[in-house]
Amino acid sequence: MTAVFLGIPTAPAGVGNLRGDRPFPDAARDALRDGQLRANLGHATTTIRGKRAGVVAEVPDWAELREAGRAIKAATMARLDEHLEELERQVTARGGTVHWARDAAEANRIVTELVQATGADEVVKVKSMATQEIGLNEALEAAGIAALETDLAELIVQLGDDKPSHILVPAIHKNRAEIREIFACTIPGVDPELTDDPRRLAMAAREHLRERFLRARVAVSGANFAVAETGTLAVVESEGNGRMCLTLPQTLITVMGIEKLVPTWRDLEVFLQLLPRSSTGERMNPYTSLWAGVTPGDGPQEFHLVLLDNGRTAVLADEVGREALHCIRCSACLNVCPVYERTGGHAYGSVYPGPIGAVLSPQLTGLSGGTAGNSASLPFASTLCGACYDVCPVAIDIPSILVHLRAEHVEAQERPGAEALAFRGLARAMSHPRLWRLAQRAAGLGRFLARGRPTLPAALPPPASAWTRTRDLPTPPRETFTQAWAREHSRASSRARPEHGA
Amino acid sequence: MSARDEVLGRIRSALGAELPAVEVRRDYRTTDDRPLPELLDVLTDRLEDYRASVLRCAPDAVGATVAAALSSVPGDVVVAPGVPAAWRPDGAVEDDGRPAVDLTAFAATLTGVTVAVAETGTLVLDASPACGRRALSLLPDCLVCVVTADQVVGGVPEGLARLDPLRPLTMISGPSATSDIELQRVEGVHGPRTLLVVLVSD
Amino acid sequence: MKVALFATCLVDTIVPQVAHATAALLERLGHEVVVPPGQSCCGQMHVNTGYRREAVPIVANHVRAFAGAEAVVAPSGSCVASIHHQQAMVARRAGEHGLADEAEALAGRTYELSQFLVDVLGVTDVGAYYPHRVTYHPTCHSLRLLRVGDRPLQLLRAVRGLELVELPGAESCCGFGGTFAVKNADTSTAMLTDKMANVLSTHAEICTAGDASCLMHIGGGLSRLRSGTRTVHLAEILASTEQSTHPATPTDAVTPHQSTTPAIPR
Repeated sequence: MTAVFLGIPTAPAGVGNLRGDRPFPDAARDALRDGQLRANLGHATTTIRGKRAGVVAEVPDWAELREAGRAIKAATMARLDEHLEELERQVTARGGTVHWARDAAEANRIVTELVQATGADEVVKVKSMATQEIGLNEALEAAGIAALETDLAELIVQLGDDKPSHILVPAIHKNRAEIREIFACTIPGVDPELTDDPRRLAMAAREHLRERFLRARVAVSGANFAVAETGTLAVVESEGNGRMCLTLPQTLITVMGIEKLVPTWRDLEVFLQLLPRSSTGERMNPYTSLWAGVTPGDGPQEFHLVLLDNGRTAVLADEVGREALHCIRCSACLNVCPVYERTGGHAYGSVYPGPIGAVLSPQLTGLSGGTAGNSASLPFASTLCGACYDVCPVAIDIPSILVHLRAEHVEAQERPGAEALAFRGLARAMSHPRLWRLAQRAAGLGRFLARGRPTLPAALPPPASAWTRTRDLPTPPRETFTQAWAREHSRASSRARPEHGA
Repeated sequence: MSARDEVLGRIRSALGAELPAVEVRRDYRTTDDRPLPELLDVLTDRLEDYRASVLRCAPDAVGATVAAALSSVPGDVVVAPGVPAAWRPDGAVEDDGRPAVDLTAFAATLTGVTVAVAETGTLVLDASPACGRRALSLLPDCLVCVVTADQVVGGVPEGLARLDPLRPLTMISGPSATSDIELQRVEGVHGPRTLLVVLVSD
Repeated sequence: MKVALFATCLVDTIVPQVAHATAALLERLGHEVVVPPGQSCCGQMHVNTGYRREAVPIVANHVRAFAGAEAVVAPSGSCVASIHHQQAMVARRAGEHGLADEAEALAGRTYELSQFLVDVLGVTDVGAYYPHRVTYHPTCHSLRLLRVGDRPLQLLRAVRGLELVELPGAESCCGFGGTFAVKNADTSTAMLTDKMANVLSTHAEICTAGDASCLMHIGGGLSRLRSGTRTVHLAEILASTEQSTHPATPTDAVTPHQSTTPAIPR
C-alpha cells in the first residue's frame, strides 16, 4: 500500500526545510572540494565515534535494550491513532492544550497565532528538529516575531546566517576558529580578547543569552518523547538552555512529530539509556526535563502541544519505509556514515541529513513525479555499507529501506530511461544462460580497446567515464572462467546439469 | 473536517485494517544486585567523570560537609523549603516562591534529591519540598545536592520506577555542559557550572 | 565433498583468475569442484539499483543453475550476502513464493569462501605459500552482512611466507557501492582516496579482500596512481604454493612470481 494510492499527502513544497534544490551528487561535488569542511567533519565524527563505541561497549545488555527499543517503536506505530488520542486526553487533563497540524504551514500558523495572543514579539527556542523541519523561525519572522535559538550549535548557525548540517550538532561543519570568528563579528559587546578555547566560546554564549532567558515570556521547544499514558513530555539536552526555556517563560509551546510518542512511562527506561550513549557518547546527558501539563507555581502556566503530521502519515503507509519513523534523532548513523563524513549535511538539502535523512526526507516529501530538487537522488547517496544499521539504537534497517526506496523510484517512472532499458536487457541476458554467454563475449571485445595494455583507456564514453575518470578498468580477459572450465572439462560427467524448466 | 480527525483518519488508512500485534520483550536488566557500597562507589565515579565534586559523609555530618563545601563560594545560599534544618548552612535563605528570575541573586542552591542512578551518575529532582521548584536548581551558578544512601539505585529502570511521571522532573548528570564545538565536551554553559554532591552513608 | 562453484558475474567476466584460484584451492584440499554452466549472476546489482522486479528472473536462473548442489561456494562476500538476504525477499515481493522458498533453501547451502573453509571444512592452514607483505581490507558486506569476522585473517596468518600488516581504518567502506561508484562518482572517489591512503601507509605490496568488486575499485585507483601496490583476491593468495602454477589455471596469477606486475591483472 502506498500513500499515493491511499491519497495521503506528503509534506507540502514551498514551506520548511526538507527539500534541496540540487541532486545529491551535484551538491556533494562542491562540498568535497571544501578542505576545511572535510577536516572539520573528519575530526568531529572520529571523536564522537570513539566516545559512542566506548560507552556502548560498557553496557552488557545493549542488544536487549536495542531490541526492546525497536519493538516499542513498532508497537507504537501499530496503534498510533489510539496512543495519540490517549496523549491528548492526558495532556488536556493536566492543563495543557493540544493542537493538531496537518502540515508545516498549519503548524506555523498555529504557533504564530499562539505567540501573537501573548503579545510577545520575541520567543526563545530550544533546539528542535520539528521546528527546523517546518521553517518555524522564518514563519515567525514574517509575522514580526524574533525567534532566538539558544542551543549553542543552533546559535552558531543562526548568528552565522548558516544552515544546520547535523541532527545533534547543527554546527558540526564549523571548527573552533570559525566559531570564534562568527561570535566576534555578530555578538554585540563580545569580549574583544575572545579566544577559540571551547570553554571561552561557551561562556560567550552564556553571557549573550542570559538576559534574554530572564526576560522571555514565550518559549518554543520540540520533544524527544511524549508518554501517552501519563501525558509526560521529555526534552533531553546538555547545556541548560532547554531548562531555561522550559522553566522560566509564562508560555510554553511544544511542537512534536506524531511519531515521537511512546505508550507507557516504563518505555522511557529503554530510550533514556539508548539515546545519550548513541548521541553524545555520554552515559547520560547533563539534563533531562520531564513535565506533564501545567504545575501551579512551577514553570510555564500556559502549555500548548502541537502535534505535527507533515508527511509522517504518508511514511506510515509504506510497510517497509515506515521503520524510518522509529528514529529517535540520535545521529549515530551520521557519525559513522562514510558518505556523510565526506560530504557533510548540507549536501542532503534537508534538515535530516545522513543515512536516516536519506530514507526519511524523500519519504516525507514524496519521491515521485518529475519535480525538481533532490528527493529522488537521496536513496542513492549510500554505498549500502551497513555501518548505520549497526549503530542504530532502535535497529532501523536503513540499507534495506534505501534499496526499497530506490525500487520505488524506479517503479514510479512512467517511461523507461536509458538506464532502465540497459538493466532490463541485462536482466534478460542474465536469466538466459545462452544470451549471457553472448553478452560476456561482447564484453570481452572491450579488450581490443586496450590494444594490448592491461587496462582500458581512461577516456571512455559515459557512463563508463564516471568510473574511468579516477579509476582504471582492467582489460577483459580473452576467455571467461566458465568458458575455460567448460573447455578443460569437456567431459560433462562432473557438471551439475540444469534440469528444471523456466 | 478538523485537522485532528484528518490526521487520525490518515493514520488509520495508512495502517490498514489489520493491525499487527507487536510483542515487546524486556530482556534487559531491570534490577541491580550489587551491594550498596559498590553502588555508592559507582555513583561517585560517574559523577566525578562529569567533573562534579563528590563529598562523602556520615548522616550526622551533613551540615558540616555542606558548610565546608560552600565556604569557598562567595555569596548567598538559597535552600529548598523541605531541606532539613540540620543540613542548612548558616545564613541560608529558604526559597519563598519569589519570581523565578530573582533567584539569580543567589550564588548557590542547596537541595535534596528524589533518586540517584549510580550507573549513569544521574540525580533526579521532582519538585517536592526537599528538591524545590525547577528554577531553584537552575539559576544559581553552584548547585549542592544531598543524596542519602537509600536514594541510590543501580540502573535507569530502577530509578524511573521510583518516580511520579506527573510531577515536573529534572534529571541532572553533572554540571551543565556542551559538546557543540568539535564534539568535545566542555563543562559549564547555561545551567549551574558547579555541581557538588554530598553523598550520605553510614 | 562435492562443491558447486559460483564464480559470480564479475569474476567470471572480468577477473576469471579468482575463480580459477578458488577451484584450484578447493581441489587441492581434496574436494570435487563442479561449475554449473547455467550460472550467471545473483541479481544483487539489479536489486541494489532499484530493479528488483527485473531481478526476479535472474534469481530464478540462479536457483535453476544450482538446483541439487550440495554446497555452493562463491569468492564474494557481497554476492553471498545478496543470496542470503535479498533473493528470497525480491521473489516473495513479486508473489513468487515457490521461488522464494527454493532461494531460501539454496541460500542455506551457499557459503562465502572463508566461511566455507573455516566453518564447513574446518581448516585455517590451507597449505599456501605467498612470500609478500599483505594488508587485508574486510569489505562491508563480508564484515557487516555476513559477519565473516576474523576468518580471512585466520587463513592469511597460516600462509607461509606472508607478512600480514594491519590496515588503518580497515572497517571504512572503500566507496565502491555498486552503481554508487558511477552515480556518485565524486563521493566514491573521495572515499577511495582515503582507503588508498591507508593501504599505502602500510607499505604493503598487496591489498587483499574477499570481494573482487571492492578489489577492482581499490585496484583501479591504485593502478591509476601507478602506485605499485596492487590488489589480489584472498582466493588467489590461498591458492598459491611453492609449486608452479596449477595445471587447471591458464594464467600465472596464483604463483608467487607476481610481485612486479601491475595492479590490474593481465
